[in-house]
Amino acid sequence: MDRVKLATVWLGGCSGCHMSFLDMDEWLIDLAPRIDLVYSPLADVKEYPDGVDVALVEGAVANEENRHMAKVIRRRSKVVVSFGDCAVSGNVTAMRNPLGKSLEVLRTSYLLESAGTNPRLPDDREIVPVLLDKVLPLHAVIPVDHHLPGCPPPAARIRAIVEDLLAARTPIRTADQIRFG
Amino acid sequence: MAVVTLTIDDKPVSARAGDSVLAAAREAGIRIPTLCHLDGVSEAAACRLCLVQVEGRGRLQAACVTETAEGMIVRTQTDTLREYRRMILELLFTEGNHVCAVCVANGNCELQSLAAELGMDHVRYPYLNPARPVDVTHKQYAIDHNRCILCTRCVRTCDEIEGAHTWDVAGRGTLSHIVADMGQPWGESVTCTSCGKCVQACPTGALFRQGSTVAEMTKDREKLGDLVTARRDKKWTV
Repeated sequence: MDRVKLATVWLGGCSGCHMSFLDMDEWLIDLAPRIDLVYSPLADVKEYPDGVDVALVEGAVANEENRHMAKVIRRRSKVVVSFGDCAVSGNVTAMRNPLGKSLEVLRTSYLLESAGTNPRLPDDREIVPVLLDKVLPLHAVIPVDHHLPGCPPPAARIRAIVEDLLAARTPIRTADQIRFG
Repeated sequence: MAVVTLTIDDKPVSARAGDSVLAAAREAGIRIPTLCHLDGVSEAAACRLCLVQVEGRGRLQAACVTETAEGMIVRTQTDTLREYRRMILELLFTEGNHVCAVCVANGNCELQSLAAELGMDHVRYPYLNPARPVDVTHKQYAIDHNRCILCTRCVRTCDEIEGAHTWDVAGRGTLSHIVADMGQPWGESVTCTSCGKCVQACPTGALFRQGSTVAEMTKDREKLGDLVTARRDKKWTV
């Protein structure tokens, strides 16, 4: 059987979901011969490749780069999974939304609430991706095939969905597999 | 005592005349999901999660305020009901700021548990992300309006069990919110007895003990119903 081309992506999140992925521990050794990890923050790949079979996408869509990346992922992947609460709901990343649009958020964060000795807005658009006015869950930007809630999703839950997807089964969606938080 | 016989999910069920469909179903071991219902206080029929189909009635009925009747045929689990219940939960999640991961009630929240139970693996509607305040003026407790679903359990518990009626609902539509007394900070309320029953009644992390951090706020909601039963039946020992 051909190896499944797996990608994992880190958008607006804390990487906790990827840490939980690593928490699958020795099962990663069983997984390794069944997949090609074609793109991941855990691997040194610069360009998201074509023909990805399964993409686990961590994090919310918080800036222009995230949004661009989401669209690239959708175009080049067969199955896209919202990986963790930030991708599924916005979660902690979206906690800035009630503060207002991006400029108000930046003002609050860099000039008012937590301004240090050198208050300055990070305004170098060549370096820092522009924030979206509203942090969005992944499925608000691209069609998503499966949702994997959890902050982070426990390793067993990640393993369950990866096993289902490798076997081309519809993932089970019982309460213990979809709990937020 | 008059008894009525009805059918719930193809199961013959007998109930005391005057019982709600919810009470009859529970007694028969049929689970209907609820959020605003709380044993020991009156029904508000606010959350609509207990909607059921009653044969011969065109509209869906809230089981908590629908009286049982002789020969009634009730369905509590249909595709339509499952879809509506999930939709209700999704709308509750969009209307407030329910960030389970950093909530004091994470793991002890009825909203969170029901979402998992009823198959809500994501929310299909846009999040409103309203700007809502947190009131920490009370010396023991706090209210985080971000987590409030306006079930009014706290309002009813304070009024009917404690008899203080500190809590009420102000505003309309999405701007509705819980207020202490005439809308002053909770810590300045002259009617609040600091009994903490509202904190126990709250299904989410909206009302909590100060100093609780993520997932620390456990609640003992059954105590309130037990208290009401004990008062009514004058039975104070277990």
